[in-house]
Amino acid sequence: MNRDTVAFLRLKSALVRKELLGMIHHAKTGHTGGSLSSVDILTVLYYHVLRIDPKHPKEPDRDRFVLSKGHSVEGLYTILADRGFFPKEELASFSSYGSRLIGHPSVKVPGVELNTGALGHGLSCSVGMALAAKRDHSDVRVYCLMGDGEQAEGSVWEAAMAAANFDLDNLTAIIDRNRLQISGETERVMRLESLEEKWSAFGWDTLIVDGHDMAALLHAFALDPKPHKPRMIIAQTVKGKGVSYMQDMAKWHHGVPSEEQYLQAMQEMDILIKEVTIHE
Amino acid sequence: MSNTIPNRKAFTRTLTVLAQKDPSIFVVTSDARGSVTLDEFAQLLPNQFVEVGIAEQNEVGIAAGMATFGKKVFVCAPACFLSTRSLEQVKVDVIYSGNPVRVIGISGGVSYGALGFSHQSLHDFAVMRTFPNMVVIAPSDRFQTEAVTRWLAEHDVPAYVRMGRSAVPDIYTTADESFRFGKANMVRPGSDGTIITTGEMVAHAVDAAMLLAGQGIQVRVLDMHTIKPIDREAILLAAKETGVILTLEEHSIFGGLGAAVAEITGQDYPVPLDIVGIADEIPVEGSAYDVLHHYGMTGPSVAQRMMKLLRKRHS
Ligand SMILES: [Mg+2]
Repeated sequence: MNRDTVAFLRLKSALVRKELLGMIHHAKTGHTGGSLSSVDILTVLYYHVLRIDPKHPKEPDRDRFVLSKGHSVEGLYTILADRGFFPKEELASFSSYGSRLIGHPSVKVPGVELNTGALGHGLSCSVGMALAAKRDHSDVRVYCLMGDGEQAEGSVWEAAMAAANFDLDNLTAIIDRNRLQISGETERVMRLESLEEKWSAFGWDTLIVDGHDMAALLHAFALDPKPHKPRMIIAQTVKGKGVSYMQDMAKWHHGVPSEEQYLQAMQEMDILIKEVTIHE
Repeated sequence: MSNTIPNRKAFTRTLTVLAQKDPSIFVVTSDARGSVTLDEFAQLLPNQFVEVGIAEQNEVGIAAGMATFGKKVFVCAPACFLSTRSLEQVKVDVIYSGNPVRVIGISGGVSYGALGFSHQSLHDFAVMRTFPNMVVIAPSDRFQTEAVTRWLAEHDVPAYVRMGRSAVPDIYTTADESFRFGKANMVRPGSDGTIITTGEMVAHAVDAAMLLAGQGIQVRVLDMHTIKPIDREAILLAAKETGVILTLEEHSIFGGLGAAVAEITGQDYPVPLDIVGIADEIPVEGSAYDVLHHYGMTGPSVAQRMMKLLRKRHS
């Protein structure tokens, strides 16, 4: 793996973390914990994996990304703005009256493929996209990020079955496996394990990776697809990753930092940014 | 000779012909190949046919995903499941995301009358018409079904279309005369009162009007095939010119065509109104005809209800 790429992605994700925390602090609302757990995955996708052109967001041959766990929208908006899909200044309008940057992905925002927010929808739509690409003999790839709490939705498994049935080796799904959901630990709310065995049994080529390890994520996304098999990447993550007092705490699912907490988070982000900058 | 072609068959015949010329037309279905009559489509056009198994949520989600690739997707399944099990997918993936999926509910209303409430769709007009931008259509006969199918293939709009299971009498003689989007058809003129009806109840409304005509009462019959966007003008004109309105629909008396008419007349030109449909109860079982007859929705009962309504106006 190219060390420059890894270093670049680490720096990007640190900057995105800082930016999205600012956005949530400014708006006084947001899904903080899940945004922080999924930032590294989004960073790898948007700065390295996806074939996209911010100047032509509707280019037919673009890869598709669907944020099925739509509540983690803060990281997505931050990255789309940084990639140039829309002006960065607009991030300050997040969740405010009249803004198109609402609390879940909206197709009004350039670069967003689908309105999500109701869980258990994104994978079915992604299956439809991947199937359409197959029928068109197109090399478009489709990526779908789900939450782990979301795995309790029955429609996820309808889609899982269909993706394997249709031999969708152009589809990659990722689970942000932070082991927490709004009410607490996923295994206490509704036991999910073994997710690996479940997805494998549904016919998916299933990998488990460290969802905060850029090199591991790059490697997983770079693997050639197994013919006729959709790919599942279970990304082991930490909710609230990067902010010491948020990490692994369910209450930060949609917690908003106080002024004091925000300043502390900013200090921690600055240290993180410095670290990854030095290592470059 | 009476017609033997059900509307669902007129739909698939028309769609198969259109899809042979237009490779962007797709059918997605949930183990309903037989009940929708899709065998020929599936055989002739396997690349434009998607079978998802018994999974109505997934079916609509997949259709929405395909629509983002510019496909004209017709999702076809029994109306009872499609308008209920996949409602959130219709709301979010189709309507909210702006994907013009055509949701085709077949064997709607009480078509499966003997199979019980699980298999009836008597709420579908009500829920579908509350979704912004959703087109809601119930064709009355095979000619209109053909015209509606052609229209849907040419217009990229989200739509819910409900048709029945059995063959119904012809109302029209050609597809061309049978359908103008959003414009009610006056299938019988009259000025003593109006029956506004939709879908496969149009034939029963015509029966009622003929019985009334035998007693010297000329009622207007409006075929309100497009329930949304509804033809306000035709409704208000009927209210002004005929003074009473009876609505007739294979649907709950709540929230459907009758409610849509009441919303308009009640606010803009109140006239005596009788909403005829399935009562607010778990419906009786039996053949579709038995159920309609039980709830007073066939010609003679509708004629009597209209007489009552007319007396109410004159008293
Ligand atoms: Mg979680």
